[in-house]
Amino acid sequence: MITYSFLQHYWWFLISLLGGILAFLLFVQGGQSLLFSLSKTEDEKRLLVNALGRKWEFTFTTLVTFGGAFFASFPLFYSTSFGGAYWVWMAILFCFIIQAVSYEFQSKPGNVYGAKTYRSFLFISGLLATFLIGVAIATFFTGSDFIVAKGNITKQLTPVISSWGNEWHGLEALLSLRNLSLGIAVFFLARSLALLFFVNRLNNETLEARSRKFLWYNAIPFVVFFLIFVIWTLFSEGFAVNETTGVVSMEKYKYFTNLIQMPIILVLFLLGVVAVLAGVIGTFISPKFKSGIWFAGIGTVVTVCSLLLIAGYNNTSYYPSINLQSSLTIFNSSSSFFTLKAMSLVSLFIPVVLVYIIISWRSMEKKRIDIEDVNGDDHAY
Amino acid sequence: MNLLDATLIDWSRAQFALTAMYHWLFVPLTLGLGVIMSIMETLYYKTGKEEWKKAAKFWMTLFGVNFAIGVATGIIMEFEFGTNWSNYSWFVGDIFGAPLAIEAILAFFMEATFISIMFFGWKKVSKGFHLTATWLTVTGATISALWILVANAWMQYPVGMEFNPDTVRNEMIDFWSILLSPVALNKFFHTVLSGWVLGGLFVVGISSWYLLKKREVDFALKSIKVGAIFGLVSTLLLAYTGDSSAYNVSQRQPMKLAAMEGLYEGKSSAGLVAFGILNPAKKSYNDSVNPYLVKIEIPSLLSLLAYRDADAFVPGIKNIIDGGYSLPNNEMALSFTEKQARGKAAIQSLADYQSAVTAKDSVAAKMHKAKLKENYAQFGYGYIDKAEKLIPHVPTIFYSFHVMVALGFYFILLFGLVLFYFYNGKIENQIWLLRASFLSIPLAYLAGQLGWAVAEVGRQPWAIQDVLPVNAAISNISSASVMITFFLFLILFTALLVAEIRIMVKQVKKGPHE
Repeated sequence: MITYSFLQHYWWFLISLLGGILAFLLFVQGGQSLLFSLSKTEDEKRLLVNALGRKWEFTFTTLVTFGGAFFASFPLFYSTSFGGAYWVWMAILFCFIIQAVSYEFQSKPGNVYGAKTYRSFLFISGLLATFLIGVAIATFFTGSDFIVAKGNITKQLTPVISSWGNEWHGLEALLSLRNLSLGIAVFFLARSLALLFFVNRLNNETLEARSRKFLWYNAIPFVVFFLIFVIWTLFSEGFAVNETTGVVSMEKYKYFTNLIQMPIILVLFLLGVVAVLAGVIGTFISPKFKSGIWFAGIGTVVTVCSLLLIAGYNNTSYYPSINLQSSLTIFNSSSSFFTLKAMSLVSLFIPVVLVYIIISWRSMEKKRIDIEDVNGDDHAY
Repeated sequence: MNLLDATLIDWSRAQFALTAMYHWLFVPLTLGLGVIMSIMETLYYKTGKEEWKKAAKFWMTLFGVNFAIGVATGIIMEFEFGTNWSNYSWFVGDIFGAPLAIEAILAFFMEATFISIMFFGWKKVSKGFHLTATWLTVTGATISALWILVANAWMQYPVGMEFNPDTVRNEMIDFWSILLSPVALNKFFHTVLSGWVLGGLFVVGISSWYLLKKREVDFALKSIKVGAIFGLVSTLLLAYTGDSSAYNVSQRQPMKLAAMEGLYEGKSSAGLVAFGILNPAKKSYNDSVNPYLVKIEIPSLLSLLAYRDADAFVPGIKNIIDGGYSLPNNEMALSFTEKQARGKAAIQSLADYQSAVTAKDSVAAKMHKAKLKENYAQFGYGYIDKAEKLIPHVPTIFYSFHVMVALGFYFILLFGLVLFYFYNGKIENQIWLLRASFLSIPLAYLAGQLGWAVAEVGRQPWAIQDVLPVNAAISNISSASVMITFFLFLILFTALLVAEIRIMVKQVKKGPHE
């Protein structure tokens, strides 16, 4: 028997999984932030742009799907967070707008602003989007300042259901060191994944060697800031929800408790972390090892998915408010049983989508990319 | 809580309109050109002739430039439902979110996956796989249009839902009635066909330019043949779906129809305005000023088209506000005052219901819930304080509608003439026709924009017809914030549009054979 609670948990799992996939695919943004530092010649820049340019739409589409799935399954989050943390989400959106056109436009004659401008757009987008997404996701653990009052809909002059508690509209998240630590961790993670991607995909010894060298400067800060965030979070108070009354209260070591009480997620989390480290360390120690991206990529998906699961499962508020009783849980913010059930049927198509993505990816990636490929392709960026 | 800033609604609407208008500059060409280049690649696959491959690749280059900027504007629209219309996102998110999610899962991934093969896979996959990828890219774009148009149609004609006073939102109860509503199906076909018309005109127009310059003659003739046949068929189908679209409006959004025709006083055997100039002196729906300076009518045609009965009564703006006329279902139309009273009663019943639930008074809760249900059809009217606010901006809708229709007929004529001269083997010599074709490209864009103006300005003040007006749908942010992002979007989109047009021009000048 499919219950409402099962569907709410199922959809939170899908959201978490999408979040994990998005975190992995942010390697495109990470690569963009390396565009000027990793390459020394025009050919090298073109090679980096073209390697990333064949993947940018996956990141973009995953972000759109993440948003669409959130809207369909937990509309109160969509309403509260997007309508409240206005400036953070708008900044992230701007990063994605300037990214979308920059690949296609930069090498086209008549592009008005010159290739350097579009590459700068890519750089800015890579720099800011990764950091801001990390900060935004950190608020799932640290909380935000908003009030939800559904009864306001009956006030004919001010029928607003959710309101942000301050005029910073999300930018105040930048004042939290814990939020910043995840933002920085995501930034360096995206760059590390990009470097592993370059090692795997580029048929260029110079860039490969430089990518391996750069990996040191990026993977180590990633690990440091990630550990700061994770340890701080696991041993801080968390936002617990009373199963019977729905009352939200602060609970010591809530996220650590969640991991202990959900051992499968704990194991997945640890496996994910180990896979990320294996991908990075393997690339450090063996010059012939080129598959680090797959270890670290899958590890990223699993780790981020696990983190989001402990934010929403086990009677926890996944989008907490400092006004505790306004906090969002998978129960009070979800769509109706009917909608979740209808959407769950649609989600059965996801394996089909994955199959054709894999087939297409394999058919296009039989050979590593080099500058001759780029020069011989009349649609190259 | 402070009162909402009065200008916030206007800025929020302006920002969404800006994004939607820019988005619709790029999407129709993606839809139309996508099919044309796929047809050309199919011809290459079947005949093995390199000319068809070159033609397909040329149009694909323009498709790619256009596609990227369409994607960029599209993502903003999705998130603006949350950022600027947060009340809306909760109040109807249970219904509206689903099509958006399905669009992403079923359509966007298809586009994103196969577009990469389409552009970069010529040397990496077989001819058949590549052709499949091209068609799937276009199919993905079209499926994407289906779901977002289903969502939009639902805002015009909300069906398959029920209000839940416990969650304070509308909830989906019938998925299929939302997907298969007559408004949704019609909107999908009408909108996609408008993109196909634009694609056809774009190809014919650019090819005409080559003929005028006496360049790429073989390529241009081949493209004209495909573009004109595709364009003519699409335009004829567009006219057919346009008629159904207007019929749907007459049945479900009579105020929009009245505005489209500038009809203030309703009448039986109403004529369709073939040409008219509105009287700027008309300031109110109930003054005695003649709404027209000039008007040429086709007798009884509006009644016939709107109600499939040449003698039917078509209500005007004043009738819709005053009520008291017979509806198609033979019920008597309510006046605005009556609807407003019912809307206020529904809102009050909801408040009373919530109080009763808090007080654990189940008898009172049941009573208030029943009263809410009884008046819910007019819920949105409870947020509207004046009858005048029910009237959308008549001149915008009237002129948009009439110019759009006129352009539709002009396109039929244009495609017909192009095909006539093409099959007589004289198209290269018809300088006037080639010039007209080239100069008509912007008109196809104009027609698309005007169509959306009719649909969206015409549904004001409603975010969701009769259920939620825009003033109850917005986010609680400062109008200054929205103003800033409005101008940032305006600058950014305009800068990108300038670049896009210049790149397109350069690519066209470069031609398919370089």
